[in-house]
Amino acid sequence: MKSFTVAAALSILAAGPAHAQSAAPSTLEAVTKKGYVQCGVNVGLAGFSQPDSQGVWKGIDVDVCRAIAAAVFGDASKVRYTPLTAQQRFTALQSGEVDVLSRNTTWTITRDTSLGLNFVGVNYYDGQGFMVPKKRKVKSAKQLNGATICVQPGTTTELNLADYFRANNMKFKPVVIEKLEEVLNAYFSGRCDVYTTDISGLVAVRVSRAPKPDDHVILPEVISKEPLGPAVRHGDDRWFDVVKWSLFAMIEAEELGLNSKNIDQQAGSQNPSIQRFAGATGDIGKMLGLDNRWAVNIVKQVGNYGESFDANLKPLGFDRGLNKLWTQGGLMYAPPIR
Amino acid sequence: MKRGWLFQAGLLAAAGLVLWFFISNTTHNLETRKIASGFGFLWREAGFEIGETGAIAYSAADSYLRALVVGLWNTFRIAAIGVVFATLLGTLIGLARLSPNWLLVKLAAAYVEAIRNVPLLVQLFFWYAIISENLPGPAEALNPLPGVYLSNRGIFFPLPGSTPELSGFNFIGGASLSPEFAALLVGLVTYTAAFIGEIVRAGVLSVGRGQVDAAYSIGLARRAALRFVVLPQALRLIVPPLTSQYLNLAKNSSLAVAIGYPDLVSIANTTLNQTGQAIEGIAIIMGVYLTISLSISALMNWYNRRVALKGTLR
Repeated sequence: MKSFTVAAALSILAAGPAHAQSAAPSTLEAVTKKGYVQCGVNVGLAGFSQPDSQGVWKGIDVDVCRAIAAAVFGDASKVRYTPLTAQQRFTALQSGEVDVLSRNTTWTITRDTSLGLNFVGVNYYDGQGFMVPKKRKVKSAKQLNGATICVQPGTTTELNLADYFRANNMKFKPVVIEKLEEVLNAYFSGRCDVYTTDISGLVAVRVSRAPKPDDHVILPEVISKEPLGPAVRHGDDRWFDVVKWSLFAMIEAEELGLNSKNIDQQAGSQNPSIQRFAGATGDIGKMLGLDNRWAVNIVKQVGNYGESFDANLKPLGFDRGLNKLWTQGGLMYAPPIR
Repeated sequence: MKRGWLFQAGLLAAAGLVLWFFISNTTHNLETRKIASGFGFLWREAGFEIGETGAIAYSAADSYLRALVVGLWNTFRIAAIGVVFATLLGTLIGLARLSPNWLLVKLAAAYVEAIRNVPLLVQLFFWYAIISENLPGPAEALNPLPGVYLSNRGIFFPLPGSTPELSGFNFIGGASLSPEFAALLVGLVTYTAAFIGEIVRAGVLSVGRGQVDAAYSIGLARRAALRFVVLPQALRLIVPPLTSQYLNLAKNSSLAVAIGYPDLVSIANTTLNQTGQAIEGIAIIMGVYLTISLSISALMNWYNRRVALKGTLR
């Protein structure tokens, strides 16, 4: 993993012809030419990105990658996945190893500016929490003074954790391990009293990795805002638009009541919003540099946001909560497609 | 002579050009991607905690620079202690392979072959799993000696005026070694000792039988013969490859990152990830290891010159 970071750093050293701005092809052109989207995803987080028993990647982050491929190629399967740890992800995107990073990554101002990334939006509103073994009989995060806490490095989690304990005048000992497998081993073997990450991660880990899920409780405190979303590199507005609107199309489709089952029949609808969305009128696809049926392809092959949520997160026991549409009291809101 | 100079000047110019290309290209690429560069981040607040800070006071409110110094301290600590124990264990293993006791010879040989032929990273995971999964939690800690507690939080032992006591989640007071430090130390020491053992054995065997016989014939006892005749000659051969093993141990300590010991690489990785300044972070890591390795090298060369036969070093 270290050699990967080094390699990626070296590729920044050498990438691109020196001082030849005009010759640099846009990401959209490069992606079209190679015939697939290279998508950076989590190495394995149930519900977000994880290969199933057949080796097919599944999850709401994976669905964003597939939506982009559907929009660009009309074929959601034209994606290649690069599993990335928390530490590898930014270098991989900066250096051009991946075209887009869709890996439960928190949108922060540092990442949006000095790391050279552009976040396109939010596909999951999350917050950080704590998981402890039930037998500890801990009821609140305020009782964690002196605890040993397992955490992954290079995350906002690591920073929020320090902030929270500082703010509450408590002490803790971090055990910082990069690989998810290893850090979970450390927690489940009892090396740590607490495991902390985004609540979505805690829920997924408890269901899919805990020897006995009922032995672990997630404490009620949510100590941070973690808007998770896909990101692209600075400096390529066109590709930024394509990725951004691929995500918005999934959210807008849910709002319009379009889903993978009814999209063919609804495409002929008299509703002007749906006509524009489906490319029957106007040329929104062309404005993006894509086929006019880009949004139809997304909904037909990947589904709308709600379908993706229900297929990937609901079976794990996730509640829509903040991730409901704005019309239903949640935060999911796409700007108008017109 | 003149052509030689011309060639060397050309080579230097070419090397300079390549270096310039990389530097200007990097700066350009960083600029076009609007990625921050420079070392200004070192003075910003780090914002993350470190599990073991050793002799250096550190909190999340301190700077990245201070966090890196803590990492450097942790690297030094493991390397220095590791070198001492690896030398002791390695010498014992080497001498054991030369012992007249058949069982001891075979055991030492088995140790060397087993340890040398399994990747160090795997061994580290092994030791870490042994320690963190087999030891009980702090509430059920083993108490082999009064004041000494053994649990998966580490080994706690008393200091004058301060005894460890269980309080809430963990022991408070006394001094402690973390499981990560212990696993890394045991892994590095056992691994490097296998190589050092072979070096010691080769060094001792290289001293001719005639030398030993001659020592006995002038009336030296076994111990005196070893001390005044065999070891001084063996050391000449042992020191240069031993230097390599010390360098290996210092560099291998960077595998700490895999089992969560906060060494320099681990802290620098976190830093470069929080700041996004990968090139600067990697440059710091490379610079520090280069400095450590060159220092060990210089020290061992000085020592080598002292034990070498006069007139054999050019």
